[in-house]
Amino acid sequence: MMTVQQTPLNILLADDDEDDRLLFKDAFGEIKIKTNVQMVNDGVQLMHYLNNPELNLPDIVFLDLNMPLKSGFECLAEIRSAKRLKDLSVAIYSTSGSDEDIEETFVKGANVYIKKPNDFSVLKKILGEVITINWQYHTSGLNRDTFLLSL
Amino acid sequence: MKIYLKYDINVVCRKVLEEQLEKLNLQYNILGISELELKTNLYNGQQEHLNKVLKEYGIEIVENQKSALVQKIKDTISEIVHLEDKLPNAKISSYLAERLHHSYGYLANLFSEITFSSIENYVIMQKIERAKQLLTIDQLTLTEIAYKLNYSSVAHLSNQFKKTTGLTPSAFQRIINKRRNATIS
Repeated sequence: MMTVQQTPLNILLADDDEDDRLLFKDAFGEIKIKTNVQMVNDGVQLMHYLNNPELNLPDIVFLDLNMPLKSGFECLAEIRSAKRLKDLSVAIYSTSGSDEDIEETFVKGANVYIKKPNDFSVLKKILGEVITINWQYHTSGLNRDTFLLSL
Repeated sequence: MKIYLKYDINVVCRKVLEEQLEKLNLQYNILGISELELKTNLYNGQQEHLNKVLKEYGIEIVENQKSALVQKIKDTISEIVHLEDKLPNAKISSYLAERLHHSYGYLANLFSEITFSSIENYVIMQKIERAKQLLTIDQLTLTEIAYKLNYSSVAHLSNQFKKTTGLTPSAFQRIINKRRNATIS
């Protein structure tokens, strides 16, 4: 039962937009929890990374919904049906904030839904909240099956 | 066929500890869910071995006293929120101070320093966890849940649920049901 954060949290980000990737990386750099951020450019690269048994699984994956080659939804479905990956925390982010889209994403197995904000300080606050709560789920014996968070 | 399980994490942990400590031939006393006393000192190799076998079960030996106290705060809160059928009316702050023999101010500062979150937030999070369980497994109504968890009204519970998860209790319930149906069919 780890209480103090001794090692940085491993975060994996999949987004095809370079500006967005940089924005996320900067935001993680400015929050007080220590993180180690890895980035991939699309869904195919993401699944390749996750399915490589030599690489440690991240504590949480942030997935852009709209990516070429393999969409966030397709990745999510693959993650939830793979034995080794099915307990992975998945945070989806999208520009849509409609209730139907949010609900569908959760039904398909996402843990976190983020409506992408336009403001950098809001993004920072949201990402900090997501990884703090995700960390609580890992360290406080909470039921991961009902871990749903919409921001 | 799909079956749903409910388990007591304390019993599981205790069983794991007993089995592993006995395998190492150690004399021990389990004092609580996150504390145990060994009757003899461990030599270096033994300590490493114990760390290694426990780690496989996600159990870590916490050496730092501050973290141990934070863990006790968390355990005490979980106990109050999850083990009692109905939450006691007494304030959790005075209960913690009394049980852990420190002032609430000291405990609250320590908790924030180590976890980046406050005791109040942690209590809310645990109460909402219990509410999720009562909603989806025990199928209680919001009125029943509000009573059990000491909310002054259903509106207060609903608001806190929405604030903590971003979802209303009914949307949450709908999502979990849809997920279950999707895996059954």
